[in-house]
Amino acid sequence: MEVRGDLKYTEEHEWLQLEGDKVTLGITDFAQDKLGDVVFVELPEVGTILEAGEAIGNIESVKAVSEIFCPVAGEVIEVNKQLEEEPDLVNTSPYEDGWIVKIKVDRSDFADAELMNDEEYQNHCAAE
Amino acid sequence: MSVSKNGMVFNEPLLFELKSRGKAGMDLPETEIPLLDGTGLLAAQHLRGAVAIPSLSEPEVVRHFTRLSQWNYSVDGGFYPLGSCTMKYNPKLNEAAAAIEGFASAHPYAPYGCNQGLKRLLYELEQDLAEISGMDAVSLHPAAGSHGELLGMMLVVAYHKDRGDHKRTRVLIPDSAHGTNPSSASIVNLEAVTLPSGPNGLIDLATLDQMMDDTVAGIMITNPNTCGLFESQIKEVCDLVHARGGLVYFDGANMNALVGVARPGDMGADVLHFNTHKTFSTPHGGGGPGAGPIGVKSILAPYLPKPILVERRGQVQMDYNRPKSIGKVRSFYGNLGVLIRAWTYIKTLGASGLREMTQSAVTNANYLKARLKDHFDVPFVEQRSMHEVLLTDKKQQEAHVSTMDLAKGLIERGFHPPTVYFPLVVSGAMLIEPTETENKETLDQFADTLIELAGLDHETLAAYPKMTPVGRVDEVGAARKPILTYQG
Repeated sequence: MEVRGDLKYTEEHEWLQLEGDKVTLGITDFAQDKLGDVVFVELPEVGTILEAGEAIGNIESVKAVSEIFCPVAGEVIEVNKQLEEEPDLVNTSPYEDGWIVKIKVDRSDFADAELMNDEEYQNHCAAE
Repeated sequence: MSVSKNGMVFNEPLLFELKSRGKAGMDLPETEIPLLDGTGLLAAQHLRGAVAIPSLSEPEVVRHFTRLSQWNYSVDGGFYPLGSCTMKYNPKLNEAAAAIEGFASAHPYAPYGCNQGLKRLLYELEQDLAEISGMDAVSLHPAAGSHGELLGMMLVVAYHKDRGDHKRTRVLIPDSAHGTNPSSASIVNLEAVTLPSGPNGLIDLATLDQMMDDTVAGIMITNPNTCGLFESQIKEVCDLVHARGGLVYFDGANMNALVGVARPGDMGADVLHFNTHKTFSTPHGGGGPGAGPIGVKSILAPYLPKPILVERRGQVQMDYNRPKSIGKVRSFYGNLGVLIRAWTYIKTLGASGLREMTQSAVTNANYLKARLKDHFDVPFVEQRSMHEVLLTDKKQQEAHVSTMDLAKGLIERGFHPPTVYFPLVVSGAMLIEPTETENKETLDQFADTLIELAGLDHETLAAYPKMTPVGRVDEVGAARKPILTYQG
């Protein structure tokens, strides 16, 4: 299982990367492995205003449908349209090509959100 | 010995692929009505050219569908341990009863006072279901279990609305509940909130205590839950929900573990639905006619769909004078053919027979658990299973053998697989529900087969099934790139 040092993590197995006031969000390697082959990703509309902790879409695998949560409030500014054609990118490249949405956030909201660093996330996965 | 079908396995093309050009399947007489050319009658963009409808004879069509039907696996053909689905044998006596002329040709618009036999049967069925579940009133209107579930939640909403309590917009649903519960709640505009279960797989009272507030309309409980475990604190759970003004919806999916032994009404349920196709041996519809009666406590009875059946001066009549009723949810009085079968099953077994049915169902599941627990990971192994047993593929993972491999292997050996990857709270789940139908020989044969399969390597299993008309299909490919129309 790959965990990256430059990312923040949620208990529901999303990863977040902050650049300026822009957050990129995806699901972790651990999550994609648990889900199995992803067959469909339901993405939000660009422009959607999100509350912290709100579900932004669904990931459907051969085993289950899971919601994707965004732990920070903000506005959806970009979605990964490529996932509509190639949902398997979530499996093959969860931290790069398989990113899901980009969200414009308030940096102070991001700082206040309850997120884990790589080490904490690794412990979280080990406990599951 | 394998019970797998072999011998004449047909390779069946689609109807479109059967050679049909230039043939005529039917010889129709000349029509006396002159044929018109369509042009001019409709605008050009609404006219279509030749449509490639297969042109086949009657025996060709009959053979096509008969051959396809022979590919079906049914409980009349073999063991069908699909967990949470209660695939019990449907006695043929049910069919004989439903075919009785007076029932089969009864007309809903028959004159006032007619159909007394049928109405009496329905009235008795309502009373029997009320007695079995410990509820005060029963409605037979819903046309499926999901429909009953929806109706149940509509009554919960009607109850709070009638009391002027408008802030209750959420429903608590344990993560081990039946999968349809959140959608039923959503359709009546209630927000489904997941109640995480405790480490023992049961509802955690402390978590419930935190989440149960005055915005919660009620809780939807499946008991035994989808891990096959009995909610041992069910009374405390219901009392807590009631004390805070909520109602308890009880999912009847797993009634096969309770009938004749314990009653949801006594545990604190305010409303529940029955799956007659699970508990009372009516056919599993596959989209065909079904029945999902609901039972309610007296506080919800005023809101039941109308009409209701009442007995007056020795006659069973329909009472439409129900001012608080939510209205109608189904034409006439539900799917009678299904309800007649359920009545027949209940009357055939009687009170002691129904109790024995439940005891046998639970015994069979626990027998399988005892046979399999040394070979498979059994979550919550220390708790007694109810009518189904939950295994996982944890012990097989080192050899890269998954639940899916085992399921395909079971098909190869002639068994319907159990429910796989459900409940979602358990990774690699196999939910096995033998029902009371099966004898020890069948259970042993199944257990031996599953143990044998678990000892095979991944490569062998990955090639299964081989003896079926269609081998291992590419499920991922089918889900990622579905082809939904015939491509020529």
